[in-house]
Order: sequence, then C-alpha cells, then structure tokens
Amino acid sequence: MLEEREILTAKKPTLLLRSSIMRAIRFFFEHEGFLEVQTPVRTPAPAPEPHIDAIPADGWFLSTSPELYMKRLLAAGYEKIFQLAPCFRRGERGRLHHPEFCLLEWYRLGSDYQTLKRDCLDLLRHISQAVNGSLKARYQGSSLDLESGCQHITVREAFLHFAGWDPISSADPDRFDLDLVEKVEPRLGFPMPCILSDYPPFQAALARLKPGDPTVAERFELYWAGIELANGFSELTDSREQRERFLQAMEARSRQGRTVYPIAESFLASIEHLPPCTGIALGVDRLMMIFADAVQLDQVVAFPPDMA
Amino acid sequence: MGAVLTASDLRKGLKLEIDGEPYLVVDFEFSKPGKGQALYRCRLKNMITGAQFDRTYRSGDKFNAADMEEQSMEFLYKDGNRYTFMNTSSYEQIELTEENVGDAINYLTENLVVDMLLFQGRPIGISLPNFVELKVIRADPGIKGDTAAGATKPVTLETGFVIQVPLFIEEGEVLRVDTRTGSYVERVKSS
Repeated sequence: MLEEREILTAKKPTLLLRSSIMRAIRFFFEHEGFLEVQTPVRTPAPAPEPHIDAIPADGWFLSTSPELYMKRLLAAGYEKIFQLAPCFRRGERGRLHHPEFCLLEWYRLGSDYQTLKRDCLDLLRHISQAVNGSLKARYQGSSLDLESGCQHITVREAFLHFAGWDPISSADPDRFDLDLVEKVEPRLGFPMPCILSDYPPFQAALARLKPGDPTVAERFELYWAGIELANGFSELTDSREQRERFLQAMEARSRQGRTVYPIAESFLASIEHLPPCTGIALGVDRLMMIFADAVQLDQVVAFPPDMA
Repeated sequence: MGAVLTASDLRKGLKLEIDGEPYLVVDFEFSKPGKGQALYRCRLKNMITGAQFDRTYRSGDKFNAADMEEQSMEFLYKDGNRYTFMNTSSYEQIELTEENVGDAINYLTENLVVDMLLFQGRPIGISLPNFVELKVIRADPGIKGDTAAGATKPVTLETGFVIQVPLFIEEGEVLRVDTRTGSYVERVKSS
C-alpha cells in the first residue's frame, strides 16, 4: 500500500493539471454557448463498428461512445451540445489506449465539418493559454506551436507522401491501417496540429460522403505530436443509408466472430428528423498526455488498469 | 504444443512458438487507428539464437504458446567441457556443453541451484540466482599508497572468472557477486 501512496503522491502535479484542463474545456464550451449533457453509460444497442467491442453489462452494454444519444438530442432540436463521457472498449490496452477512458464529444446543428476544424484549434488554444499561459508547448523533446493554426492535409496526400500509395483509388483496408500507424501518424502534428481529412469510404463510419466527390467521406482526424486526438465528421443524416451501414458493420462483426449487437432502432427512428450537423469525439486522456508531456496514458490517470 | 493464444493475449514477456522455435516478445505495442482494426506490433527474439525480428498481429490471429518449462536444477560437476546438473525433484541428471551453459559458467560452483529453461523438454537456458558467493583464488596485493577512492584491482575467482574488486580484497576471501552485471557487491564474512 505504501507503494500506491507514493505513486499517487508523485502524480499530484499531473492530476492538478488534469483538473485545470477539465475546467478549461467546460469554460470553453460554456463560453461558446454549448449545453453540457449527460447520456446513459449503459445502453441496449451500442453503435455497431467493425472494430470496436463493447463490454457487456447486465444484458446491455457499457457505452463505447455517447454518439447515438447525442444525435438523438440534436434530432430533438438541441443545437450545440457537449459531453465529457466515460467510455469503455473491450481489449484496448496500450500506450494510447485504455479499456476505460474519457471522451469529449461536441455537436453542432446546421454547420459542416469546417466549423469543427476551427473549434479544434480554438479549444487547443484556449486550453494551452489556460494551463501554460502560452501557445507553445514541448512534447517529448519536440516543440509544439498553436500560433500559426493547423496544417491541413488529405488522406490521399498524406499516404502518397509518407507511404507511397493512394488509398482512395486502391482500397486496401488492412494495408491502410498498418501504414497509417507505422508511416503516417507518427509524422503528423509537428509543431502545429494537423487535420487529416477526406477518408476513403471503407473508413467512413457514420460520416456522410462528400457532396460532389463520393469517393471520399467528410471525416477528419485531428493529430498533434503524432497522436490521434479527435475524430470528427459531417454526420450522415440519411436514415436509410445509416441502416444499411449498420447492417454492413453487423455482417462484418458476424464474419469475424464478434458479438452482434441489437440494431439501435430508437436512434434510426430519431435521425429521420436530423438536420445537417457535425460532431466530433476527442480523447481527453490523450490531450492530457500532450500537456503533461507524458509518454503514455498510464501517467495521466490516477488509476490505470493495472492499478485498479 | 503449448496452449492456443490469440492476438489479445500478446504482451511483453510472452513466449510463443513460431516454426518450431521459441520466441520471446521483447517489445510490444497495441495500436488502433481511429475506426481501424487493432494491430499488435511485436518485436520477437528467438530464445535459442537471439535473433530478433518485428511482426504485426491482427485480432483473430492465433498461435501457440511456446511449450516452456522451468526446472530447479543443482549443478553437480564439470568434466572437460561437459556440465552435469540434477533435477532437484526427480533427481534425473542432465548434461550440458559449455556452449549451452553460456556465461553461467562464470558462476557455477558445485551444489549451486539454478533454474533451467526447457523448450519441449530440451534445455535452452539457465537463470542464475541474482547473487552468488565465490571464493578468491588469486589476488595480487594492492599497490601500496594507492588510496584513490574507487581504485580497483582484478582478482580470479574459483570458477576462473576474473572481476574487479576494491584493493583490500585478499586471496581466500569469499565475495558476493551480482550475476546480472558480473560485478563485485561485497565481502562475505567467513565465519
């Protein structure tokens, strides 16, 4: 027990920083006119994603993301909402993954994903000013800088540049994931944050295809210091296509021998009324890592899985 | 054949079998790009040859745990370049060559109990206790007047191993030696 006390005491500066960042996030969204909401942590029908496994909880599942509930609120006319949500994903454990983590999600009715990209930069700047009093930071020896905005690069450009092939014209999901992790991601977001956008449709999830260019989906990821921080998109609001994508994801899960979840009917019914909107999910613990100059998530939560 | 494992069992220190040989996971990283599949990136080390290579597993990949076993063995004697050990529970004897024993030859004295690592019943390595006690069989007297702090001299231990020790160590003394670093720790009181 003495060892635990020492570990927790040594973490105090990080936990103080964590608290300041949480306060800065809430201040930012309140100031922007967002409503903070809470949605269920336990759900009968999680969003079906081919590669995300929910943890069963008394016949239902622990939330893998508050996404579906957030959109049900949007469909009811809530215009700007955010949530700091505890999320759970089975089997995810690594430098940048914990099976239990905090997601910040925010949504806007009636705007497209360009607005979200601006939100990302504004939020990072606000947090940096609040905790460092500056727009500059250092992460593991590299300098980071928020002064000159974000770098913008498409998935096609990034892959051509760092991996030498075009994932839009030749779909290869397995090679895509591997090259993304090994060749592309580690190079993104120095010193300014990087917005990687326009994903191939096999990586679209719940994003709409780009009007005028259906070879890509209106999805983007925010990277900083080589770390994937957030995933945002112009939300798919066509309930028929949404049902089709759910069914495809379920089929993929079934083929891989993964749990097949009940179809989220309440969600599908609600998006009949969903106007154009955008939403984004940001890994709060990873953000803490960058501001705390920490190598891994274990350093920025009081009780990492091995200490629970 | 060891137990069947899947990618989610991978972690640093896991031992698995590839093409009939035992491998140790020396480095491991779980990655999962947003919306993508989980990737289990490993650096593997062949436990016999020491050769290393990288391999990435995906969820659903299956493989066998290496059929490894650790047995407590007592070193009995050396005959030429052959080293004889006895299993402390079955009393079965096993002979290893100097090459198989490796660096452990520097620390083996009669009746020392070590852990022997076996892959499919074949010995492939020895783990020594962290500290062993060895007698000095040859030591030159320290140079008179050399009082520089930290000054050392070489001495020869009963196994033939030569280590650096403080100047006050004399022939016949017993030393505690760290087998992980091959360095002198302290003098052991003989009585």
